[in-house]
Amino acid sequence: MSMSAQLPDAPVAPVVTPHTPPPDKPRGWLTFLMVPAVGALFLWMIVPLAMTIYFSFIRFSLLNPDVSGFAGFDNYLFLSQDSSFYPALVNTLIIIGSVLFITVVFGVLLAVLYDRDFFGKNVASLLVIAPFFVMPTVSALVWKNMIMHPVYGLLALGMRALGLPAIDWFGQYPLLAVIIIIAWEWLPFAFLILFTSIKSLDAEQKEAAAIDGANPFQMFFAITLPHLQRSIGVVVMIETIFLLSIFAEIYTTTSGGPGHSTTNLAYLVYSLGLQQFDVGIASAGGILAVIMANVVAFFLVRMMAQNLKGR
Amino acid sequence: MSMKNTTVGNWFWGVIGWLIAITIFFPIFWMMLTAFKTEQGAYSPDLIFMPTLESFRDVFARSNYLGFALNSIYISVGSTLLCFLLAIPAAYKMSFFPTPKTQSTLLWMLSTKMMPAVGVLVPIYLLFKTVGLLDSVPGLIIIYTLMNLPIAAWMSYTYFCEVPAAILEAARIDGASLWDELWHVLRPMALPGLSSTGLLLIILSWNEAFWSINLTSANAAPLTVFIASYSSPEGLFWAKLSAASVLAVAPIMVMGWLTQKQLVRGLTFGAVK
Repeated sequence: MSMSAQLPDAPVAPVVTPHTPPPDKPRGWLTFLMVPAVGALFLWMIVPLAMTIYFSFIRFSLLNPDVSGFAGFDNYLFLSQDSSFYPALVNTLIIIGSVLFITVVFGVLLAVLYDRDFFGKNVASLLVIAPFFVMPTVSALVWKNMIMHPVYGLLALGMRALGLPAIDWFGQYPLLAVIIIIAWEWLPFAFLILFTSIKSLDAEQKEAAAIDGANPFQMFFAITLPHLQRSIGVVVMIETIFLLSIFAEIYTTTSGGPGHSTTNLAYLVYSLGLQQFDVGIASAGGILAVIMANVVAFFLVRMMAQNLKGR
Repeated sequence: MSMKNTTVGNWFWGVIGWLIAITIFFPIFWMMLTAFKTEQGAYSPDLIFMPTLESFRDVFARSNYLGFALNSIYISVGSTLLCFLLAIPAAYKMSFFPTPKTQSTLLWMLSTKMMPAVGVLVPIYLLFKTVGLLDSVPGLIIIYTLMNLPIAAWMSYTYFCEVPAAILEAARIDGASLWDELWHVLRPMALPGLSSTGLLLIILSWNEAFWSINLTSANAAPLTVFIASYSSPEGLFWAKLSAASVLAVAPIMVMGWLTQKQLVRGLTFGAVK
């Protein structure tokens, strides 16, 4: 069997253990080395957030200096009554949910596929991760113009060659088109993480299961998937944080339209704050995004704390 | 399972694996191909054509491409250097002289990454406007430094932890100053790890498009913003869009391929090994 001849891959990132501090003399003074980094991050974390919170409770419009004073929860109320608010909230959730679903499902399947040995696997895996290094504005425009264009796009040419009517992706299914582009950008990320993780799966464990007569499906659900569980969690949480602020793809392809059909929370905040210059309401939208991110971050930090303790 | 069976299986899954890889890569391949077509030829799906550098020439002639590229370089390299300047001392302290608080400090640093950019867009925009940092290279350098600082600190920390502490201690006993110790002893040993960290930071800053689109326009716009300008009717010039995109993407993609293994460590904060 070829499998037993294979050496298990070395773990990509070795386990890290901090050094034991030298006992001879106290080196508390070295703490000054932390000051620049900790100070900068502290300001970065506190100042803008405090300002957003403050702005979200006052009346503040850049166009009209006369508008001022404490607003209470009015900004939040106005925001919730804005015709684009519910579409933006729903679109944000749809984008995050479907991109997560696509990238995790296909990421797991690809990782399992690339865990096998085949000709030129390393080169092929470079092609798979390539989209992650393409800047979002390039991805968005190449997909919109050259792939999804209703007349000259590759997909339209393919459909017509099959005798089917071409799809006007951004006219008929704008949100789906945006989701496809974002999923294409993030699938390589999920694949890279899950592929790294699957390589650390013990070859002996797989072999023992194979000898016991487990079929590929049983092996996948009993061994591979439980092993990947943690990495899937990491992918889901990191992607969620980034997907909450997805902006460039929408800005360059649809500008949130047609109507509000592709407006997400990030685009809504941009359009309220930097296009309509209503700082108060835009800030209320920003706070909403922060709250959503915090729910996710809570779990992510807890998981990484366990990881540090595990060392 | 006989040997023959395994070979056939590998061949079959190999074909599937390659088909998927080619499908995923195809938009990039298509963009590269279109970049070498004429503007008229760009609309036809021909695979065989007379390659021309016309579009590349046009990109340089009709737009200030070099200016945007330079901004991208200044911003990504500048923010990466500044990041290291802040992160390395902290990482040195945390890895070689850890205290009971070190782990929570690291976690706190990571937690600052969890702030969605859109949550602080409005105040950053107003702050920058007030102090004159809007549409300036230093402005974006500051933002990207703060954005990437947790990653830089975390990755430097993990690489420093792999350096044998005994060597540093020997240098200290021999009377090396803190600077000597950092520059002559630690730097050579940590250099491979730190350079891949640097490449990752450059990739992240180069491709960042939320802050660059919102905070720059004419003076400090990097390539992400320049490419976004093709979303106007100029987007119909596919060959030029492709040529400009290839130039913007190619160097970073090569860097990404070179650092893919360290990428996982940096992007997941060591949560995936």
